[in-house]
Amino acid sequence: MALNIAYFSWVRERMGVADEMVDLPADVGDLGALIAWLAVRDERGALAFAEPHRIRAAIDGNMSGRGAPLAGVREVALFPPVTGG
Amino acid sequence: MIRVSVQSAAIDIAAEFDLHDAGGHGASASFIGRVRGDDGLAELFLEHHPQMTEAGLAALAHAASDRWKLSALTLVHRVGTMAPGETIVLVLTSSAHRAEALSAVEYLIDRLKTDVMLWKRESFADGRVAWVEERGSDLRRAERWD
Repeated sequence: MALNIAYFSWVRERMGVADEMVDLPADVGDLGALIAWLAVRDERGALAFAEPHRIRAAIDGNMSGRGAPLAGVREVALFPPVTGG
Repeated sequence: MIRVSVQSAAIDIAAEFDLHDAGGHGASASFIGRVRGDDGLAELFLEHHPQMTEAGLAALAHAASDRWKLSALTLVHRVGTMAPGETIVLVLTSSAHRAEALSAVEYLIDRLKTDVMLWKRESFADGRVAWVEERGSDLRRAERWD
């Protein structure tokens, strides 16, 4: 399954790109599995996702938990806790 | 009337007040957040999501207007690069009496800090650059409204 992933803040800096289209392995079905897969896929992912508890996620714009399924999703955004205001 | 804006241009506070006040309201409350020049801060950069930051602010504005009886609500957030003293965020609320306007302003700024896709990066005069970390005090203030 193809999925667009957008990165923000220091996650973006460590990944070296603002977004990318990825082809998901069949066993990556939810957000938690996606983050775990990105952490072992390559060196930049290992750097960005070394501390998964510091990562927040939104699916198609909605803040989502680790168990959120990825089927039919257009965009996943991965980022540190927000700090606006 | 709800007005939400995410903008890289400087926030024109006087113009926003005029626009907000055009309806004529019994009670209005405001919050203005500015860049602090603490510890030799030279520049603040606000990163945002091209669509979802504004959508998040709009959702927050609608949640506030569901919760309190407001006659007007203005929520403007600056993004991009700014200098100490510049305005980052402006919240204006109006209602018939003060209690609702005051509560809504506090709710909006508390939840904005934890719920909307915005990230601050600080650059200091000595060359240090650092992304701002989440603060426990902000989380506790936001949770009060659950």
